[in-house]
Amino acid sequence: MANRALGAPRLTGPQPVPEEAVAARSNAQVDSLIKAGDSRVADRAFFFAMLACALSVLALVGLIVYELVTKSSLSWHAFGWKFFFRSEWDPVNDQYGALPFVYGTLVSSILALLIAVPLAVGVAVYITEMSPRWLRGGLAFTTELLAAIPSVIYGLWAIFVLVPLLRQYVQPFLARYLGWTGLFDGPPYGIGMLAAGIILAIMVIPIISSITREVMTSVPQQQREAVLALGATRWEMIRTGVLRNARAGIAGGVILGLGRALGETMAVTMVIGNRPEIARSLFAPGYTMASVIANEFSEATGDLYLSALVEVGLALFIVTIIVNILAQFLVWTVTRGTPARGHA
Amino acid sequence: MPEKAMLPEGFSDAPISIWRRSLNFFATLAAVGAVILVLLPLGAIFGYLLYRGLGSINWAFLTQIPKPPGESGGGMANAIGGSVYLLLIASAFGVPLGIGAGIYLSEYGRGTRFGNLVRFTADVLNGVPSIIVGIVAYGLVVLAEGHFSALAGGVALAIMMVPTITRATEEMLLLVPQAVREAAYGLGVSRWRTTLSITLRTATSGVITGVMLAFARVAGETAPLLFTAFGNQYWNWKVNQPTAALSLQIFTYAISPFDDWHRQAWAGALILIVLIVASVGAVRFVAGRGMLRGAS
Repeated sequence: MANRALGAPRLTGPQPVPEEAVAARSNAQVDSLIKAGDSRVADRAFFFAMLACALSVLALVGLIVYELVTKSSLSWHAFGWKFFFRSEWDPVNDQYGALPFVYGTLVSSILALLIAVPLAVGVAVYITEMSPRWLRGGLAFTTELLAAIPSVIYGLWAIFVLVPLLRQYVQPFLARYLGWTGLFDGPPYGIGMLAAGIILAIMVIPIISSITREVMTSVPQQQREAVLALGATRWEMIRTGVLRNARAGIAGGVILGLGRALGETMAVTMVIGNRPEIARSLFAPGYTMASVIANEFSEATGDLYLSALVEVGLALFIVTIIVNILAQFLVWTVTRGTPARGHA
Repeated sequence: MPEKAMLPEGFSDAPISIWRRSLNFFATLAAVGAVILVLLPLGAIFGYLLYRGLGSINWAFLTQIPKPPGESGGGMANAIGGSVYLLLIASAFGVPLGIGAGIYLSEYGRGTRFGNLVRFTADVLNGVPSIIVGIVAYGLVVLAEGHFSALAGGVALAIMMVPTITRATEEMLLLVPQAVREAAYGLGVSRWRTTLSITLRTATSGVITGVMLAFARVAGETAPLLFTAFGNQYWNWKVNQPTAALSLQIFTYAISPFDDWHRQAWAGALILIVLIVASVGAVRFVAGRGMLRGAS
């Protein structure tokens, strides 16, 4: 029934012969396959079971939205839009404002992208256009390995290796030569916005670089040959022939990296300092939306406190969803025509 | 010269100038530099894991449960067991759901509007931050039961596994040639038997690859477990009690003030990363040998 209604398998030969006729001359294995129950009822049941699984994917997202919206309504009614523009976070007096978290999330993610994007694009350019063939697979695998490391291990490494390194060498250096900008000011704790930005950068590099690699590979080979034939050097070929064509897709990869950085929790929580303050200096501790949930959710007493934390989560959810959809759309605009062009 | 007029802006037929040549050289240098800068932290992370971790793994670490704060000794046996337990609970929910949705997408939902909606939603679900999934599992299970539990942690991890498995299953099933299905129909095999015993079986190793990738993804997840599985200093095999997990234990120990706990955090991290890299490596090994048995 479902078989015919959906019409997916296009049978070119004759339709299935009656069961008895086949069973008579088929071997035991096929026999058991055919005799397994009344196929019409079973087919329907199977179709509906699979449909239920597919529906459950929709239901899960619906459930997430429902949970976040209902559980945050208390805070929403208490503070409204002002919630995102107030900077006091005071569980004792039940006053909540998410501005420091929004600020911390944005600054740490933007800092991460500033560091990660040039490096990730450089790696992608090297792997797709420059590296010798024998090195290509190994390099690609190694950068993907960075993506497989759990967040908590990045955090562990950052606490015991990156932060002391920043405190002893990098921050005094930055303070001496760039202190006048006001961005590298104050005591070098090691822990703070800068450490969070760097560890986030390391974490998003594999995402950006693998998407960039994918869209660069989808640029037709003839285009490279054509630019080279016009007398371009290899860099000119990469710039005019490849990067210019892939830029929408690269932007998609960067935005996908942004989505990951915004929602990243553990590594950031472990090094950002967890203080709800807005400071100009990148040395100062901060707080992000994800880390405030991680730190305070299980200890939140009081309905309004919990509801405020869920509202922070809802805002984070909406932003990451928008960012991810935008990224997928951008990547899709570059890679969509690839197979057709490849065959031409 | 007419040819010259056809050249795009910025190009000329003169010999390559020293400026263009040096720009090319520096661009190459920058790309190589980027590769080195990216490999550096990777090397440093693995180097430190081996250096600090190998020295800290001993029999007590693997067989004992944690000692009270401040006392040295003890181990993470209950956390390792707890992580495996959580993964089992997660796969009990996540694997069938994910594979089922994947089968729907490839066998019934190809090119349909509903299929595209499900595919898109799975991608959206994939991008949801893990901490948000934790909030949802908290609302669904912890609030309903009234306390933290292994079940809640398992549900959170299952939600994160579903989209990965769904998309991997779909992709693998789409690789199975249509002719294989038609051959089965031609022998009079019903559609559901064809899907399970012919299509899915042909793609088995590919589907297992997807499941392993989902495992690797959630095995080290910490954020969604913070307020679901919650952590536990003792052994626990009850579904409705809080349970320890390797990633949670690493987090707790890393931010603690005790040197011996720091040592154990590194040891735990090494064990976790070995498990994950081994599964990703196994996946690449299988993937390199072709996803499909007997087809193509």
